[in-house]
Amino acid sequence: MIIKNKAVVSDDWTILRLSENETPESVTVPAGKIIVPLKVWQAQRATLQNRAELGVWLASNERPEELKGEMEKFAVIAVDFPKFADGRGYSIAYNLRARLGYVGELRAIGDVLRDQMFYMQRVGFDAFAPRPDKNIHDALKGLTDFSETYQTSLDQKLPLFRRVKRDGIATAGSAND
Amino acid sequence: MIKLEETPDLLADLATVEMHGIQTSGNCIRNITSDEYAGVAADEIIDPRPYAEILRQWSTFHPEFAYLPRKFKIAINGAAEDRAAIAVHDIGLSVLKNEQGEIGFRVLVGGGTARTPIIGSEICDFLPWQHVLTYIESIMRVYNQYGRRDNMYKSRIKILVKAIGIEEFRRQVEADWADIKNGPGTLTVEELNRVAAYFTAPAYETLPANDPGVALYKTENKAFANWLQRNVKPHKIPGYAVVVLSLKKTGIAPGDASAEQMDVVADMADRFSFGELRVTHKQNLVLADVKQSDLVSLWKEAAEHGMASPNIGLLTDIICCPGADFCTLAFARSIPLAKMIAERFDNLDFLHDIGEIELNMSGCVNACGHNHVGHIGVIGVDKKDGGEWYQVSVGGAQGNDAAIGKIIGPSFNFQQMPEVIDRLLQVYVRERLEEELFIDTVRRIGMAPFKECVYATPINAEDTVDKDAYGFISKPDNYTVQRKSRF
Repeated sequence: MIIKNKAVVSDDWTILRLSENETPESVTVPAGKIIVPLKVWQAQRATLQNRAELGVWLASNERPEELKGEMEKFAVIAVDFPKFADGRGYSIAYNLRARLGYVGELRAIGDVLRDQMFYMQRVGFDAFAPRPDKNIHDALKGLTDFSETYQTSLDQKLPLFRRVKRDGIATAGSAND
Repeated sequence: MIKLEETPDLLADLATVEMHGIQTSGNCIRNITSDEYAGVAADEIIDPRPYAEILRQWSTFHPEFAYLPRKFKIAINGAAEDRAAIAVHDIGLSVLKNEQGEIGFRVLVGGGTARTPIIGSEICDFLPWQHVLTYIESIMRVYNQYGRRDNMYKSRIKILVKAIGIEEFRRQVEADWADIKNGPGTLTVEELNRVAAYFTAPAYETLPANDPGVALYKTENKAFANWLQRNVKPHKIPGYAVVVLSLKKTGIAPGDASAEQMDVVADMADRFSFGELRVTHKQNLVLADVKQSDLVSLWKEAAEHGMASPNIGLLTDIICCPGADFCTLAFARSIPLAKMIAERFDNLDFLHDIGEIELNMSGCVNACGHNHVGHIGVIGVDKKDGGEWYQVSVGGAQGNDAAIGKIIGPSFNFQQMPEVIDRLLQVYVRERLEEELFIDTVRRIGMAPFKECVYATPINAEDTVDKDAYGFISKPDNYTVQRKSRF
């Protein structure tokens, strides 16, 4: 099960992670719907590109520009969060969407938790694979943590000050509205 | 001490008075800091507070920059004199007017203290104000992607800027910015005006520039005159003054205020300063809008409650971290040392003769007491022998001529420290030119004469006084200094 388009749905993709004794060149990519590491895609592009359905995932230290010109080959692009405190994935997602124009499924994988999902959604993720030990229905609630946002991001092109006419006169309790 | 389960109630109470704890911790953009005299300083060019608030709103729950490599601090100054220590922040902004009268920012990036003290580098000499949010967004994006995450001691933006150089860092920021410059994140006049309306001036009265009562009382009362000279600062409105309430009374931990004092100060703020009170990074309090005609009665009340020591900017106005008495990270105590030094030099004529000098002290390498930018800096060091050892630096400064102090030599123990400070001051008194401040003498003659004098003859290192005699903070019976590698 994953969260996609703000709902819990079943999912039949498998994420391939290399074990210690495997290399991108040598690993056997199983048949079926597989999300492969970027390095595996780059090492086995010649055979993998003929697959009907393929996904790719980026590690937090990899650059989204490496997929430039190839993004249409993938049914899903995933970004791995090795731990929730590693925030590089947010800029990877933003750059994939805003600078590289990726419009397909963008999935957050790894240490994906309820408290971070509102932010992830804002920078362009539309699919989330919450950590398996967490309740996915609880995690779903994270997407509605806030009803309003100050700043621009992928989901909201206009900052609050260009969308909402706000009163400029200070009244008690309103300075932080 | 607050019980964990009481935290929601505490936060709810804070919210009723428009206060919160959002982004006060974690590897995110922390709350924006500014000049303690913002909006009232006689030397102010532009009030920085609306920009600080706009930046605060922009950074609050920013989705892309909530999990940075490390914490991130932005300071903003709008006056001729920088009182916000912008050169030792991750980003330092200085509001300027250019020759055409347009308002913009000089942008510094990559300043900081702690393990790797560095003065910020100029990334932009004049950024028109409309672009401040998008430009900082690009700085943040470059840092979020390329700041180190493998070693928390090397993860601040200063390390990235130092590693790739300011030119390359600027190139990357400008490349990112090209995509969002002039985009919808660009600030509007309407928004600036809307936020600025929250920082309007209080209902000032029309008053003479100089209150005759103050002038008269000053001649009659030396203590008041001293306080006026040190603790009262010029205000941009005629007849008003900025008052610094000193939390540096000798014998009290620097910056500490009792519950009773806080009640008194709240009441004073209501009666003397339109209900507003400010806390400074130099660990004092500021009443920003005081009528000169109220100064005498304010001074009497402040003195009655131990908050009128006439020592602002002087040797005993020590910036000091909690040290090993409270902090598990500290290698050495700092508050008892501050107390011992303050007691040694607790002679008003001497303090005024020495004049403006900043003595900053930290109990460890994290440098919470701003030791690197103290004219004299003291830092507790780890010598693995369990003793309390301190390194001393001279020549540091915050403000317009910000500099990192230089260590004068091998470290000293707790008992030696007052004599070390004394010898540094002796060199200053011997070498100073007329009216020359300590820091200017250091800059003119260099560190060598200070080093020479301090190490010329041995300083008694004997534990002549029971350590507990200095430890006015009672420690629990099982007290030990525990160090964690949190930072």
